[in-house]
Amino acid sequence: MRKIKGKSLMTAAEIDLALARMAAEIVEKLGPVEEFAVVGIRRRGVPLARRLCRRIEAAVKRPVPLGILDITLYRDDLTAIGNRPMLRETLIDFDIDGRSLVLVDDVLYTGRTVRSALDGLVDLGRPRRVQLAVLIDRGHRELPIQADYVGKTVQTEEGDTVEVRLEEEDGEERVVLLRRGA
Amino acid sequence: MASLSQKDLLSIEQLSVDDIRLVLDTAEALKEISSRAVKKVPALRGKTVINLFFEPSTRTRSSFELAEKRLSADILNFSASASSVTKGETLLDTARNLEAMSPDIIVIRHSSAGAPHLLGRECRSSVVNAGDGMHEHPTQALLDALTVRSLKGRLEGLKIAIIGDISHSRVARSDTLLFHKMGAEVWVCGPPTLVPADFHLLGARVTSLMEEAIEGADVVMMLRLQNERQKEAFIPSAREYFTLYGLSRERMRGARKNAIVMHPGPMNRGVEIESEVADADYSVILDQVANGVATRMAVLYLLSGKSGLKPARKPR
Amino acid sequence: MQLILRQGRVVDPSRKFDQVADVGIDEGRIAEIAPRIPGKGRREIDARNLAVLPGFLDMHVHLREPGREDAETIATGTAAAARGGFTAVACMPNTQPVNDSGAVTSFILQRAREVSKIAVYPIGAITRGSRGETLAEIGEMARAGIVALSDDGHPVSDGQVMRRALEYSRLFNLPVIDHCEDLALAAGGVMHEGYWSTMLGLRGINPAAEEVQVARDAILARQTGARVHIAHLSTRKALETVVRAKAEGVTNLTCEVTPHHLLLTDERVASYDTNAKMNPPLRGRDDVDALVEGISSGAVDVIATDHAPHTIGDKMLEFDRAPFGIVGLETAVSLVCDRFVRPGVIGLGRLAELFALNPARILNLEKGTLAPGAWADITVLDLERQVEVRAADFASRGRNTPFEGWTLRGGPAMTVVRGKVVWSV
Ligand SMILES: [Zn+2]
Repeated sequence: MRKIKGKSLMTAAEIDLALARMAAEIVEKLGPVEEFAVVGIRRRGVPLARRLCRRIEAAVKRPVPLGILDITLYRDDLTAIGNRPMLRETLIDFDIDGRSLVLVDDVLYTGRTVRSALDGLVDLGRPRRVQLAVLIDRGHRELPIQADYVGKTVQTEEGDTVEVRLEEEDGEERVVLLRRGA
Repeated sequence: MASLSQKDLLSIEQLSVDDIRLVLDTAEALKEISSRAVKKVPALRGKTVINLFFEPSTRTRSSFELAEKRLSADILNFSASASSVTKGETLLDTARNLEAMSPDIIVIRHSSAGAPHLLGRECRSSVVNAGDGMHEHPTQALLDALTVRSLKGRLEGLKIAIIGDISHSRVARSDTLLFHKMGAEVWVCGPPTLVPADFHLLGARVTSLMEEAIEGADVVMMLRLQNERQKEAFIPSAREYFTLYGLSRERMRGARKNAIVMHPGPMNRGVEIESEVADADYSVILDQVANGVATRMAVLYLLSGKSGLKPARKPR
Repeated sequence: MQLILRQGRVVDPSRKFDQVADVGIDEGRIAEIAPRIPGKGRREIDARNLAVLPGFLDMHVHLREPGREDAETIATGTAAAARGGFTAVACMPNTQPVNDSGAVTSFILQRAREVSKIAVYPIGAITRGSRGETLAEIGEMARAGIVALSDDGHPVSDGQVMRRALEYSRLFNLPVIDHCEDLALAAGGVMHEGYWSTMLGLRGINPAAEEVQVARDAILARQTGARVHIAHLSTRKALETVVRAKAEGVTNLTCEVTPHHLLLTDERVASYDTNAKMNPPLRGRDDVDALVEGISSGAVDVIATDHAPHTIGDKMLEFDRAPFGIVGLETAVSLVCDRFVRPGVIGLGRLAELFALNPARILNLEKGTLAPGAWADITVLDLERQVEVRAADFASRGRNTPFEGWTLRGGPAMTVVRGKVVWSV
């Protein structure tokens, strides 16, 4: 396990709390018979989506489909980089036509990942509505994209890194801010 | 980040085990695209791929073309009959002319072994070998491996029997090298006139007895027998060939229970393979075709970041 | 005295001579060899730390003129030879037209007199057009000045034609140089048949293609008594056949090997470099070992280059479509010095036999010796000289060498023809 030093932004308990609140907000806005699904963006959007999904299912007492989206092929920087990013499968085994989707990612920054994800979704069908849920909104947008559900908004410098560490991927649970040059 | 170790895909020989795994994993991830309603992703948008076919090959070429289209590449098709090759222009002239159009990837099929190497040395573009003479057909071997891995869950430890005209088959070479690298037990089988004396050095067990090759095999790969072989005194007749090396239901009984039958196509029903076998449910020949597109997409995707790198000129 | 080479190590196997001495030359001939020649020559050369050997003769070169002057000319080919340490070459008849008549022979000799600083000895075709069917006008060519017969580039496939050629050649005491290749067995191959041809998917040439025909020639040599010389012998089995025949008294059978067959194996083809494509093809390690053993044991009579220049355009093709052949005149002596003389595989005496004495004897030329009275054709070697192979610097028009970039120790320092320095470093 890689040890990360840096300013702590969220503890495990705070992450849990934030997800609980976000799930509640999502359920609140949900119509009673709306066709609905949660889609996680690889990689760390996926465990977050899974957790949100479970909470939403518990609240609405019916199964909520979970999809996994790999946005690699839609990245706008693909031409510029020499090495190809590792490709993983997109796993969405339900029809997204006419469905309301909540797209889930860990950090919202420039907005480019979300743009790629929207392109990817459009290739898969025509959802009725797409909302965005992120654990951290760190600002510095380069595209006109907003999150509908935010775990925590933090002030950062452009060169900073926000690391979301999740049990499923990293074996620990916290969010850290790494200052440029630190 | 994931990347092949070289600018070009010229042979299985040049690929490492990691390279092969990377292509197969990537192809696996790409399979899903072919099942979508919109079978297209923008990964190669703005990239130009030239399909340079000096040998007619509908299958390989349409497979590459479909792969390129699904990745949104711009495609230029160039076939020998329509080209200036017939006017005495050399491969090198052709290559330099095409290079002037600054393609990112050139896919080449040629009757001369090593033609893709010549191209790769002289061009900045990435070169993909789509079959060169009797040398190699790397994307075919990769798609064969993808097919086997999807169905068997692994490659390691499997017994793969490759049967037929080994000498003249680029598929036999590429498949042998690949499956051997990945830890499978490769057997090649054919009449002694059609198996090179040194073929065992490529990592295969060699036998002339079909029963021995098929015994306990997980995969039976049949190769096409060209009609010319009879005239060139390699075999007495197609009839005798079928009795000795044709794949019948009877012979398939020697294989393992869940064994699969493969064929790179085009098949000669009744010469190397009985029609009933070709159409049986253990025949995965159509899976091979589907996996071909995903495999070629993977190769194109993985190479698409490499063009423009310095040509890998390596004088020995 | 016209020229005196002072204090070089003089090696002349024709007289079993090997010591530091002065070589005095007058009127184009060797005048005197002595530990110390008194007086002063009109020109003096300090040959200390150099080796002074009888002039090297490459008995297997393709000068391409007439017909393919874009690939090589008599002028450029002989300049390359001089630069490579050769005082004479024998040129193969596969020009366009083929040298199968007195007229072509005379043309070559005439051109050589005009443009060449070294001696040029034409070889005439065995059969008309080297087609292997009917005998060329051998007597007419002999009168015009050929020194041997060969259809090189092609074998004489028909055994009866070969037999007649051998019988007829005795009339003029001309050696017959055979390019041994059973074309049916070679089956259109482009490289040695073995692991590498299998790996590379290139059509292999079965070594039996060469061995079968060497065996036939050995039998015909014994039967006819004619002088048979095997060109560019390349396999262990072929060499064994020659050695066995010689041991059984067939002294009219001789053979040559090329530097590339002594130094490279078929692995060199691995990158599909057409500069590794020649006929006979580069063989396996065991064959190479046998040839190297052959130059030191005496089983091999001659080292010849099979200098075969091609234009870049002709050679830069797909491997199976490119022509066979590489250049050799400007690399041969350095390669042999570096790889065999310096490590002690062969001595300077043996070197002089392989490059000078034996080829001269086979071609009936009063050369290859430093005996007083002989023409002063001399190859001076510097075994310490550093040589880097750079095709761009070649005097030859051919750039098709597989040795590009090799750094070698030892090589020619000076080429003297009839007492005249025609080239020096
Ligand atoms: Zn020859």
